[in-house]
Amino acid sequence: MQPVFLWTDLLVYVLCISVFSFVWRARKREYLLAPWKRVIRSRLGAMASIILLAYVSVGLMDSVHFKLSLGTPDKNGETVYSSEVISLFDWLADPIRLAQEKTYSAPFATHLYSKETIELPDGSQVRAYQRLEYGGAHLEDTEKRWDDVFQIILKGFYKGTLIWALFCFLIIIALSARWKKSVTQTFSGIVRGSEDLPWRTLLFTFGVIVLLVTITTSLGVKYHLLGTDKVGQDVFYQTIKSIRTGLVIGTLTTLIMLPFAVMLGIMAGYFRGWVDDVIQYLYTTLSSIPGVLLITAAILILQVYMSNNPDAFGSLTERADIRLLFLCIILGITSWTGLCRLLRAETLKLRGLDYVQAATAFGVGNFVVITRHILPNVMHIVLISVVLDFSGLVLAEAVLSYVGVGVDPSMISWGNMINSARLEMAREPMVWWTLVAAFVFMFVLVLAANLFADAVRDAFDPRLKNA
Amino acid sequence: MIAYIIRRILYVIPILIGVNVLTFMLFFVVNTPDDMARMRLGMKHVTPEAIEKWKHERGYDKPLLFSSKEAGMRKVTNTIFFEKSVGLFVFKFGRSDEGRDIAHDISQRMWPSLAIALPVFLVGLLTNITLSMLLAFFRGTYIDISGVVTGVVLMSISSLFYIISGQYLISKLWHLVPISGYDTGVDAAKFLVLPVIIGVIGGIGSGTRWYRAIFLEEINKDYVRTARAKGLSELRVLFRHVLKNAMIPILTGVVVVIPLLFMGSLITESFFGIPGLGSYTIDAIQKQDFAIVRAMVFLGTVLYIIGLILTDISYTLVDPRIRLE
Repeated sequence: MQPVFLWTDLLVYVLCISVFSFVWRARKREYLLAPWKRVIRSRLGAMASIILLAYVSVGLMDSVHFKLSLGTPDKNGETVYSSEVISLFDWLADPIRLAQEKTYSAPFATHLYSKETIELPDGSQVRAYQRLEYGGAHLEDTEKRWDDVFQIILKGFYKGTLIWALFCFLIIIALSARWKKSVTQTFSGIVRGSEDLPWRTLLFTFGVIVLLVTITTSLGVKYHLLGTDKVGQDVFYQTIKSIRTGLVIGTLTTLIMLPFAVMLGIMAGYFRGWVDDVIQYLYTTLSSIPGVLLITAAILILQVYMSNNPDAFGSLTERADIRLLFLCIILGITSWTGLCRLLRAETLKLRGLDYVQAATAFGVGNFVVITRHILPNVMHIVLISVVLDFSGLVLAEAVLSYVGVGVDPSMISWGNMINSARLEMAREPMVWWTLVAAFVFMFVLVLAANLFADAVRDAFDPRLKNA
Repeated sequence: MIAYIIRRILYVIPILIGVNVLTFMLFFVVNTPDDMARMRLGMKHVTPEAIEKWKHERGYDKPLLFSSKEAGMRKVTNTIFFEKSVGLFVFKFGRSDEGRDIAHDISQRMWPSLAIALPVFLVGLLTNITLSMLLAFFRGTYIDISGVVTGVVLMSISSLFYIISGQYLISKLWHLVPISGYDTGVDAAKFLVLPVIIGVIGGIGSGTRWYRAIFLEEINKDYVRTARAKGLSELRVLFRHVLKNAMIPILTGVVVVIPLLFMGSLITESFFGIPGLGSYTIDAIQKQDFAIVRAMVFLGTVLYIIGLILTDISYTLVDPRIRLE
């Protein structure tokens, strides 16, 4: 196994490390933890966080890339690696990923979606629905399909409940040790919901997710849970795989633009004078160009560059990855101006406050004043706008991919799924499952992100509570 | 105020120069005209002569910024920058890479765009404000809460979903209106109904939420309490006082987009086959016609800036306290 580090992977790791270091720092500092506890304390916020965590963990698994060795060493005795870059998630999902049919098949189907000419053993030809190679291949009698599905769901349900119960048990034991209460007291406290944090909601949401995961995976191995697409690839696999693309666009865009927005915004507000003029000119100019058109222009240019310099990019995966990164950069360039403007205004306000004046009077340098006094006091604005932007970016990916300036066509994303399925709308009967799958998974992510953003905003900026 | 507007317009010039230089860099410096020609003519079997011919036909064979071969003013004017970018300032869009007159195309195609964008804008504004005032009237009750929740849910649905499901239900299943297409005159109406409805529904979630926040902010102010203390009915308070005072934040978001209505919407127009500027841009993207994209970027910027100036002027109209100086 040979690890492969894509650019977006590295940035995802950077993001994870910074999140972990923040958690580590905040662990013992009540003032840093308090607003996050408020987020969890709102029940919608708690549910949304758990759902987001589930998405993020899939995204993280999909961000560890490697090449598998082919098994047989070459003549120099060195291991030969497959040219295909796969992720940890791909590797786990192998039974679903590799179950490739010929073309469209409906969810839970055992036969192809359209009739084909089949040659019978005796040489005669008939037009019939061909049996799928993998979907429901274990069935002797395809008539009993729904009984089988029901049984698999039951088994998945038992498995899920078992895992969930075990997990709850461990949590309750851990909590009772921490709170120094008996296990039964802890248990009844959680059931009644009388604890500080809404453990009942958290565990319930977690339970629902565990059940969904166990049921869908056990079904997905035997059937094409959400059907297959034009080239016969499993749609369930595709839609899960799209999670990473959506998350990367939603998070890396802000990660990339954040340094510029924060630095320039604070500088403009703090130094004023010509620095302010230059920065204001910069962001007014950039924000004057309608976002979609700027993105379009930039991506077109990238396409020209890529097609003229095909050697600069190794594999197809790397090429798609560079394009994804570039899309994030362009989206970042078009979206930093709003935050920059907010930060400039806030810094102008903070600058006049007594403690900043006092620090300046004591002869503290500009850099220290900014990092120690201004930056911590605008962080809540940064955080709120980052979280609010996320869902918009995920939705934008779909639209941009439709326009043809989104992620690389070879990359699996909700936008590309919708775009390819749209062409099948006219088909009779309609191929609906790709569309539905992409929309539902995108909807759940965006809804959770929106609810989470609301909870974060209420927690960090209570003045806006009613807004 | 005239002096203010003139100053604003003067301030626009450096911004437009900035945008112009930026697009020039993107389209001619990052990728040379040679790259463009090779892309357009196909990668493999392309002769240097063919590239030269392609460039010459479109005027891309001139020097970028400065032409040393020419004399006098021609040194500056006979360049790509002067011909392709400076011309934009006087709305000389030139010809597309396929040889069509862009200015003519734009003047033809902006009316279908407007025919969709304007009704969506007006009906959407009316619906959103009505709904959000309703929520503000019932604030704190279950009607308000369920309205807010519905808003978040509607906001979380992709605009593509609204379009696709709308086309499927209304056109394909119920055969009420054609799926896509466009016609001139009164016949256009049957093609416009669906995109307008979908455009309005797609905007309800975020719009209602935004206006509700504005109204609630106003509702907690002192003058509202005074108005209630005078014994005015809640409806009267809402319409006569709150709505009027909420005009400033509402105008901030609304007036800016009015000039941009001419540009139409990329997605809606291409889904419904409306021959407007949005689908013009999309076609240009798909055909990789850089001249059109460049023209649209510039036009969009100009319209946006006009919107900003109109916003400032509209403030003085609704609030006499504001004087532009």
